[in-house]
Amino acid sequence: MTASQDIYPQTANVEQDVEQLRRAWRHPHGLLGWLSFTTHQAIGTRYIVTAFIMLLVGGIEALMMRTQLAHSNNGYLGPERYNQMFTTHGTTMMFLFAVPVMEGMAIYLIPLMVGTRNVAFPRLNAFGYWMYLFGVLFLYWGVLTNSAPDVGWFAYPPLSGPQFTPGKSTDYWAQMITFTEVSALCVAAELIATILKMRPPGMSLNRMPLYVWSILIQSWMVIFAMPAIVVASSYLLSDRTVGTQFVNPAEGGDPLLYQHIFWFFGHPEVYIIFIPALGFVSAIVVAHSRREIVGYTAMVLAQIANGFIAFGLWVHHMFATDLPQIGEAYFTASSMMIAITSGIQIFCWIATLWSGRARLTTALHFVYGFIAIFVLGGLTGVVLASVPLDLQVHDTFFVVAHFHYVLIGGAVFPLFGAFYHWFPKFTGRLMNETLGRVNFWVLFVGFNLTFFPMHILGLKGMPRRVYTYSPDMGWDNLNLLATIGAWVIAVGGVLFILNFLWSRKFGPVADNNPWEADSLEWAAASPPANYNFEYLPAVTSRYPLWVAREDRTVVTGTSTDRREVLVTTLMDAEPRHRYVLPGPSIWPLIAAICVTVGFAGSVFNGWYITWGTIISGLAFLGWFWPKRPLEPQHD
Amino acid sequence: MMRLLPRFTCLALSLLLSACITNKQSAIDPAGAQADRISTLWWSFFWLLGTIFIIVMIMTVLTLTRRRRGFEQEPLAQRHKASDETEHRLRRTITACTITSIVILFVLIFASVGTGRSNAEFHTAPNQLTIQVTGTQWWWQIQYMNSDATRNLATANEIHIPVGRPVHIVGVSNDVIHSFWVPNLNGKRDLIPSRVTDEWIEADHPGAFRGQCAEFCGLQHAHMAIWVIAEPEDRFQAWFRNQLQPAVAPSTPDLQQGQQVFLNHECIFCHQIRGTTAGGQSAPDLTHFGSRRGIAANTLPNTKGNLAGWILDPQSIKPGNHMATVEVSSTDLHPLIDYLESLK
Repeated sequence: MTASQDIYPQTANVEQDVEQLRRAWRHPHGLLGWLSFTTHQAIGTRYIVTAFIMLLVGGIEALMMRTQLAHSNNGYLGPERYNQMFTTHGTTMMFLFAVPVMEGMAIYLIPLMVGTRNVAFPRLNAFGYWMYLFGVLFLYWGVLTNSAPDVGWFAYPPLSGPQFTPGKSTDYWAQMITFTEVSALCVAAELIATILKMRPPGMSLNRMPLYVWSILIQSWMVIFAMPAIVVASSYLLSDRTVGTQFVNPAEGGDPLLYQHIFWFFGHPEVYIIFIPALGFVSAIVVAHSRREIVGYTAMVLAQIANGFIAFGLWVHHMFATDLPQIGEAYFTASSMMIAITSGIQIFCWIATLWSGRARLTTALHFVYGFIAIFVLGGLTGVVLASVPLDLQVHDTFFVVAHFHYVLIGGAVFPLFGAFYHWFPKFTGRLMNETLGRVNFWVLFVGFNLTFFPMHILGLKGMPRRVYTYSPDMGWDNLNLLATIGAWVIAVGGVLFILNFLWSRKFGPVADNNPWEADSLEWAAASPPANYNFEYLPAVTSRYPLWVAREDRTVVTGTSTDRREVLVTTLMDAEPRHRYVLPGPSIWPLIAAICVTVGFAGSVFNGWYITWGTIISGLAFLGWFWPKRPLEPQHD
Repeated sequence: MMRLLPRFTCLALSLLLSACITNKQSAIDPAGAQADRISTLWWSFFWLLGTIFIIVMIMTVLTLTRRRRGFEQEPLAQRHKASDETEHRLRRTITACTITSIVILFVLIFASVGTGRSNAEFHTAPNQLTIQVTGTQWWWQIQYMNSDATRNLATANEIHIPVGRPVHIVGVSNDVIHSFWVPNLNGKRDLIPSRVTDEWIEADHPGAFRGQCAEFCGLQHAHMAIWVIAEPEDRFQAWFRNQLQPAVAPSTPDLQQGQQVFLNHECIFCHQIRGTTAGGQSAPDLTHFGSRRGIAANTLPNTKGNLAGWILDPQSIKPGNHMATVEVSSTDLHPLIDYLESLK
């Protein structure tokens, strides 16, 4: 029946168990049913699809900006439109693409990797997705009604305050933050619970795949970082809407307070985006070089250290605000420390590839591209950590180059690699490898063509966020080169979409483990059934699928006629008890709509907070209403 | 030689990637002690980090050539791990690389903190010049500060400094956050409402150096430029004495008509021309407007044609700026422009 059947116990009645699992995990029918899904594959897919649409939208905004800057004194976009474009581009890419796509991948992959059937809180998961979606719709409703935010993705007061930016655009921006942060916190909570309490028997912490480690660290970072941005955006929003004076200097508030809080979130945010991507890289390197990672412990410790240090260097975004010398020296040192922990990981990957038997697949192409781009981005990061150098290149195109090297190189290249790597798991088909390589090279060349010249532009004095420049400045050629590069990236994006569409329909059919990879998700069917595994796996190694077949085991004795999973201990993953996960429910959507009414309405009228709280309370009451018995829910 | 090599590389890089070099707003063409130190620091970072980058890239590319060799020709079948000896060697190499990076980073930290300290060391300069720069949407208000109040001087969008004398830039802002940045002289310093920030610049040779607002400050952030003109001490003193004078009186009927046009229009609500009744304070001081290099915060060179365009339709040149569109009849326009340009 399945490839793994030979490791199932002789006594098990596999056919009956699978039939029961199928019924217990069946999706409800109809539109209402579709809106009630709570399985992690469905929610993860929704996150990924929505986030990729946002990548497309943010990419189009970037193309418009690059087209405007193609030559001096260009009249294509005026200052107003250009400022809106760079604000929505940054906001979309950071809040609506990068973080959600990493969350979506994790929601899809983590339960598979830790050998369980769903995330710990499936309805919270659905609620988180709806909040994210409504945040997207809220911001873009503003964009489409000509109220696009135009004060930068950082929205520094007093420029973003009521005096200098009247109208609703900044309110939409600030409240969109709240939506996405609620969503991110939901995801972080459920992923931490899933990773710490739902691992398969035998998967002690020191046997967790590096990707799982990266998500665990990222989720903790979300929990510590995101509240800061909610505070910052709420200060701003209440200054704007109800006349408080937290950050408005005209009223005695402090604009630097906002910067501190914003960057206390803003810097870890970057690591929240790229730490999961480093997890992708580890997974791809291990699977495609067909050997165990070199320096597992060093990798884990480096990632944890990254997570901690990330919270100690926010001030390097504020060196130009004239801080005391001693503080500057501290933040220079802490910023450079990141280079050490990141360097260790780079060394480990290179050593793994060096001594492995790498198959040069498209996924691995993206990893090599990642190393080249990310190392350069990391080194320019060292430049920016130095106060005197930062004072020259801060807020110039040098910084634009740096963070695109770090974020596109460090997160988007691994993400594309991950997509090529896990696509067979998501869809049951492999992506086209030839087109994949073309796709990689077009993106790689386009990327460097776009962003490398920006280093030089920055040194030659071109500031960021200018909608045009004078021909006397001598910036024309490099800008034209960057614009051409941007269009090459666009071609790469189109190739990716074409490959995706073609491969979904015509790609070669993949079996469970087309790459002969090591981790548990490859033991599930491709694409996985709603219940992931017929029998929950048990683990005896850090690389469970590289253990000889006769040494692999599964867990029996859990109920198959309800959505039951195993709860294990935090450190050693010893089975403790069985736990029944809730099934599909429409309540998360209803609750998200009620919360949205409160959040969105409060931008226009403070009373919506009250009404929103009341109706949300009712919705949560419905959601949490106890249902007995928890026994089989046959339809 | 050590100093020439980086400059040569810079030149080669620039030539390679851009046909046209104008280093009047460049961080790597220093014209003062501060920028010079930063530029030296930059090139040491550049060479050190560049070497690291190349080594890492070589190692990365070499992994591609080795991938068919397996674990040093160890048997491949079903093994996913190298021999203990290979693993140990790899770990030793990683440790060595890590220690090397830590050492290099320490060197870089000390170098950069040292440069930062030197650049802040001017607090006791006896012959210093103090200039207050006020960021305003979207122009620069300049005030030469002096203990003798009669020698305080207000101007806009252009700073003259004497070569070889340290200049203390006191940064404040009238509205939103701006950032004062003249890369040939020093790094940037934010101008923050409700705060006062400090920066030191010192030119080591004469020249005109362009700067530009570096913190996003709204609609016309792109058109907020400033010139710093470094001159020998005597020429600077001459310029300063001239700037302290009230505006020259119009000497021809044409210029007199121009002055009347100015004084009879809304111009006076915002602009000041010392020596006349025009005393507005919310826009650039025009007392010596004709001597300045640019108009509209150096959006355009200061020519009669540009000035006419600017007065007739400021919104098309710098959309969203705060200058009112004043109705000036065609017969009044020429005298007005002649008058303004005569204010040397």
